[in-house]
Amino acid sequence: MKVIQQIIEYFELNTPVFLKNLETHIELTLVSMVTAIVLCVPLGVWISRKARVAAVVINLVNIIRVIPSLAILALAMPILGVGFLPAAVALTILACPPILINTCVAFREVSPAAREAALGMGMTPLQTILKVEFPLALPVMLAGIRTASVEIIASATLAVLIGGGGLGNYIINGISMMSESFLLIGAIPVALLAIGSEVLLGALQKKASYQ
Amino acid sequence: MKYLFDNLDMVMEHFWEHLSLTFSSLGIALCFAVPIGILAAKYRRFNSVATGVLGVIYTIPSLALYAALIPYTGLNVTTATIGLVAYAQMILVRNVVAAIHSIDPMTVEAAKGMGMSKWQIIAKIELPLAVPVVLAGIRIATVSIISIGTVAAWIGAGGLGRLIYQGLNHDHTGKLVAGTVSIAVLAIAADLLFRAAERLIGPKTG
Repeated sequence: MKVIQQIIEYFELNTPVFLKNLETHIELTLVSMVTAIVLCVPLGVWISRKARVAAVVINLVNIIRVIPSLAILALAMPILGVGFLPAAVALTILACPPILINTCVAFREVSPAAREAALGMGMTPLQTILKVEFPLALPVMLAGIRTASVEIIASATLAVLIGGGGLGNYIINGISMMSESFLLIGAIPVALLAIGSEVLLGALQKKASYQ
Repeated sequence: MKYLFDNLDMVMEHFWEHLSLTFSSLGIALCFAVPIGILAAKYRRFNSVATGVLGVIYTIPSLALYAALIPYTGLNVTTATIGLVAYAQMILVRNVVAAIHSIDPMTVEAAKGMGMSKWQIIAKIELPLAVPVVLAGIRIATVSIISIGTVAAWIGAGGLGRLIYQGLNHDHTGKLVAGTVSIAVLAIAADLLFRAAERLIGPKTG
């Protein structure tokens, strides 16, 4: 019970600080997710049409995927320095593999008959992509985005180590000070953020696949 | 890179530490995951409960899970192992279930028709078909454990993550690079090794 009291006391005095950390955490996640989507979706669509390029790119990306997130974040520091930007760059690199792989797979699995039918109806290649292939590929793409976003919310807790801020602040300080209340102030919101994004994107994915 | 080669002994010590943490967690995780997976494959309701609970645990960021565990289990290898086992569960159980479901009932029926006994069917048909899928799960779990194991260094579990933290705290690029390079090598090597094993054990088709 003492812990709950400490947490309440903390919030009485420091709610703005908490909100600032939460905001940074969400900002880091959103910036890196949006950048990764903007980069990887077109690239994924492009490589889905070139089997040989796709094999090389996917193998390469799989290697990046295996490297621990902490290692990628840590490597950003000597190269880019400390702060929000290096953290966002590292998180973007972490977000790319699932999005790229799923986009490529999603577009490759679109039935050639549907594509042919669209072309036969006189659609331009761009129209075919936007109006036929994209809606069909969307559920699998969203699955990739969902995986990436959970990973990024988790990895963003580590961003504090290279000065990126976020809710990881509380956890790292909580460990250093052995403060249970600090640990929980960090851990619970991060866990809720991750579970929330999983549920939200899961629902979105389900909705997209009913069409 | 110079730091890495100058202090190879020390780096190797952390490397072995990391490896033993990884494989002890993997071993413990398998002891839970195989029975849970077998039960989940048999009983649909148990399956949805198990995957639900494990899915939530899997979604919780590792540092947050550790933060929640520390007040109870302390800053040590035990806490690290509990977390790693919990994360591996989801991946392993999912693959055990998939492995069992991937066995075509027709194949089993054919084996029965050929006069195989129950144990022969398990040993000669079901296991060889299921093992490659389970092995794929073990590969993914191993890579995840190696990855999350770096975070565990922060809570006193040792391993290569320690080099990264020291590098970050002391702004020591040599240590940082040594840590990141060796952890990346370890993760990629584990991935390739298990992939090769899968190819070796997998059923020969075509």
